[in-house]
Order: sequence, then C-alpha cells, then structure tokens
Amino acid sequence: MSRTLKIALGVLLIAIFIVGPADLTGFGIPWTGLKRYGTYILTLWLVTAVAAMGVNLIVGYAGQETLAQAAFLGIGAFTTTLLQKAGLPFGLCFIASGLVCFLVGIILGFPALRVQKHYLAFVTLAFSVFVWLVIRNEEWLTGGVNGIQGIKRPVLFGISLRPALYYYWLVLTLTAVLTGMMWWLLRSPWGRAFTALRENSVRAESLGIDVRGYTLMAFAIGSGYGGFAGAMYAPLVEFIDPSPFALGASLQYLLMVVAGGAGSFVGPFVGAAVSVLLPEWLRFAEGFYLIIFALLVMLLMAFCPTGIVGLFERLTTKARRPHADDKGPTLGTGTGSTTVAGSKS
Amino acid sequence: MTDFIQLIIAGLATGAIYALAAVGFTLLWQTSQTINFAQGEFVMLPAFFCLAGIKFFGLPFPIAALVAILLSMLVLGVIFKFAVVDPLMKQGTLPLVISTIGLAILLREGVKETYSAEAQRFPSFFPNVNLGTAGFNVSADQVGVLIVATGTILLLAWFLASTKTGRQMQATAQNPTVARILGVNVERMVLYTFLINGALAAMASLLISPIYLAKFSSGETLGLVAFVAAIVGGFNQVRGAIVGGFLVGIIDNLVAAYVSSTYRQAVPLALLVLIILLRPQGLLGRAEERAV
Repeated sequence: MSRTLKIALGVLLIAIFIVGPADLTGFGIPWTGLKRYGTYILTLWLVTAVAAMGVNLIVGYAGQETLAQAAFLGIGAFTTTLLQKAGLPFGLCFIASGLVCFLVGIILGFPALRVQKHYLAFVTLAFSVFVWLVIRNEEWLTGGVNGIQGIKRPVLFGISLRPALYYYWLVLTLTAVLTGMMWWLLRSPWGRAFTALRENSVRAESLGIDVRGYTLMAFAIGSGYGGFAGAMYAPLVEFIDPSPFALGASLQYLLMVVAGGAGSFVGPFVGAAVSVLLPEWLRFAEGFYLIIFALLVMLLMAFCPTGIVGLFERLTTKARRPHADDKGPTLGTGTGSTTVAGSKS
Repeated sequence: MTDFIQLIIAGLATGAIYALAAVGFTLLWQTSQTINFAQGEFVMLPAFFCLAGIKFFGLPFPIAALVAILLSMLVLGVIFKFAVVDPLMKQGTLPLVISTIGLAILLREGVKETYSAEAQRFPSFFPNVNLGTAGFNVSADQVGVLIVATGTILLLAWFLASTKTGRQMQATAQNPTVARILGVNVERMVLYTFLINGALAAMASLLISPIYLAKFSSGETLGLVAFVAAIVGGFNQVRGAIVGGFLVGIIDNLVAAYVSSTYRQAVPLALLVLIILLRPQGLLGRAEERAV
C-alpha cells in the first residue's frame, strides 16, 4: 500500500468514526446514524480500548503480565465519581483518575518488579481482589454492593454532553489524544527501550537500560490508562458498582489484548472490539456466547498466538508470498523438552 | 480456648483440601511450566461429574464418586494435556496462560449452561455426628476429610520419593534434558503428572463440595486459594504446597472468626504479597536459578 493511499484510508476512517453514529439526513445524506444503544456500545468499545492499550503497553511492549486492569478501571471510575460529587469539573477528575492510577501503579510495581516476571502477575492478582473487596465493603465511600447512582455526564463550554452522541464525541476526542500519546511514547527512545526489554532484557541491561526503572514506568503508565478509561466509563454507564471491576474482568482485559494481538498498536482496538461487540453479535446464543468466546480464544492461541492482528498479517503475507516463513526457527518444539534454560524465566 | 482448637481443626480440614489442589498446581508447574489458571475450575468440575452420575445414570454415590475421579483423570488429565497444553507448549508461557484462562471460562459456563446455575447440595462420605464431648464440637466430617486428604497427600509423597516412577517424575521436573539422557521416558512422566493432577483435583472436589456446596462459580475462590497456597509454600516444591495449603486453611478460618469476615479473602492475599516481597521462593522453596 502506498503512503498516500494509507493516509487517505486513515482520514476516511477517522471521518467515519466522527460522523458515523450521527444522523445525517439533515445534510441530505440518507443515513440516520446509530440508535442510542449503538452509540453506547461504540463508546464502550473506545473506553475498553483505552484500558486495553494500557495492558498492551505492559504485556505487549514491556513483556510483563498484569491481572489488575479492571481494578485500575475501578479506581479511576470511583475517583472521577467521588471528585465529581465534590464539585470538581470533569477535566480535573479525568486527569486525577489517571494520575492516581499511575501513582498506585508505581507503589504496586516497585516492590513486585524486584523479583522475576510472573511475580508481577501474582501481586497484581492479589491487588485486584483486594481493590474489589474494598469497593464492596467500604459502603461509606463506594456505596458497597449498591454502588453509586446518578453519575453526571460532563458539561463542556456550557453544552451538556448528556446525549449519547455528544458524550461519544468527547470520548472519541480523549481516546484520540491518548492514542496519540501512546503512539508518541512508543516511537520515543522510551518506547524503544520497552521493546528492547521484551526482546532480550539481559542484552538491554548490558546496553545501559535501567530494566527495572523502565518496566516500572511501563506498568505505571499502562495502569494510568486504566484510570483514564475508568474516568470515561463512570459517566458513560452513569451507575457504578463493584462487579465490573472484579478479578474476572481483569483476566478479560489480558485475554482481549492477547487475542487482539499483544505488541501490535491496533491489537487493543481489535481485542476490545471482539470483547465488546462479539457478545452483541452472539445475542442469539444467549448464555453460550461466553463458551464460544472461550473456545475461539483457545483456538486462536493454539494456532496463532500473535492474535487476530497476527492472523490477518499472516493471511495477507501468505497471499503475496506463497512460501513466506512467518515465524523464525523455534527452538525445542517438543513437549516437555522445552526446558532448556531460557524458557523457564 | 476450645473455640480456638475447633477453629484450628476446621482450618486443618479445609487446609488439607486446599493442599490437594495446590500440590496438583505445583506438579503441573514443575513438569510442564504450565501456570494453570483453570485449577479452581478443575476442582469445581468433578463434583458435577459425580452429581450427573447420580442424577442421570442412577449410580449409587460411592460408584459415582469413583467414576468422577476416573473421568477427571481422563478429561482434566489426558484431554487437557493433549488438546490444550501440548499444542501451546511451543508458543510460550503467555499464550498458554491465556488459554487456561479461556478454559476456566469454558468449564464454568459449560457447567452453568448444561447442569445448573444454582448451588447444589452434595452428599458426604462421612456420617453427620459429633465426635467431641459437650461444648467441644468436632464433626466426623472434619476428621474424615482431614484423614482422607492427608492420607492422599502422604501416599503421593511416598510415591514421589520412594518408587522408581516417582523418582523419575522428580527427575523430569528438575531437569528434563538430563532425565532424558539418563533414560527416563520424559513424555510419559509428564502425562503421569497430568493424571495425578486430575485425580487430586477430583479428590479435592469430592471433599470440599459437601462443605461449601457445588456451584459453577466456586472455582474462582478455590483457584485463588490453590494459587496462594502454592506460591506461599514455595512454587517449586511439593511439600511447600502442602504447608501452604494447611497454612491458608488455618489462617482463613481464624481470620473469619476473629478479625473480619468481609475481608476474609484479603488475608491470604496479603500473606502472598508479603511472601513475594520477603521470600520470593516461598517458605520452603529453593531459589530458582536465573536462566541466564
């Protein structure tokens, strides 16, 4: 694909996202836009994608494992809600949510990253259950199981963003800004260092990269994105309770990022789409949709661990070059024989 | 004081069950580097095999229990190994972890959709009598659970330490390459581990379900507990998982009684974090040599 074509496609895509859900009949275009619920689902997709982007930074770029993104989403959502009730404008609530999660990420990650890789996963797992317990038990602060109702959508320049479409535009703008920041971060020397860590942390260290410092930053920034997502989530659903922030939801974030394509920039968007839109498409299957979802994920992992993005790339490369070798030589492919050093850490 | 002793006994009984699940978890980790996020669901499922046997095939309870154990060895051992773990071994740890998370959802929702979403009463092997004297309650159930679970663990420990096959399994766990050179059939040993894990999960399931009822969602808590027990005790040591299981069982019961029942779940997790910070290899584990 040539460069101009790519740019043209990009612009078209952005245009579709901006006007897609809107009613265009007033402009003489026969498109009535999405209904309230459709717009809501689209907004939810963006919010989920922001949280997934954070997970992708931690998992796909820094090579760590996090099982607490839903907990960070929860912290973000409650921070925004409580600050909003205290009378702060949404902008400040939004920034505060991200900052709080960033700081919590540093406090949580600092000791956990002292030890090997899987331990961050264990610590975040414990943290995630703990946050859920606090949200459920501390009724004076979080409303307990009853949650908090009547979360207001923000007012911008005197215009209330109460209508689904207006709020969608706000979330779209914020998502675009956060995506741009992530893009910039990954292209900066910092981002390069993150990738170096994932590829070969020992070599990265020998090149003078402070492995622990960078991993910690990746974890904290990724968690901060969870906070931002939470800040957008609360006014979207207008009611928050403990259930969307439980451990299962955190596992779901990890699942969607890897299924979408960890370490790929569009991976989180694809993964979030699968996780948010698939249940809508599989409505007819009712309770069985989770079973279908789980089966799809397991099949994907077995045949294409690089996720949907990887699968797509593999198919398009194959079409162009019939004998394309999309994977490098894999060492020790036997079962059980893989434990030649290296695969253990 | 009698309260305290009663709590300790109850804690030992549930702890012994946790230990069963944690040992299986550790065995899988040792021999195949599989972090099994579906371990809790593995403990949830066999009870439903047993219930289905009673309900649909009219089997008497002891036979249904036996069938459940064999079926677990087949489904959670053989099929799990060949259909889930083997195809993913070469893809690395993360895809395998993701796949077991997927499997957990699959088993949970599968039971919910095909059997029931309601908690099910589950028959007990032991009579409902009080073995203690007035003012001091020890149920036959607790004692029975403690004896059966501890017996199973001791049997397994003996098997691993004193039989030829057991020692070959340990060799496989510690260094598969060298084990292979020494003539150990590594593939077969790995399969044995999966079979043992299936059996242990089934035992845990049959023992815990009479206490906490059989429910499709109970795997979440059980998995977490097995996980905590395995890490607290020492991820790479079977005896670590045993100690971890008992420890978590006792702490769980004491906290629920004396501290706070709403934060009951948090205490084992706090213990987990503390252990990771102070002694990452676990209470009894040996420090894992860095790969490079």
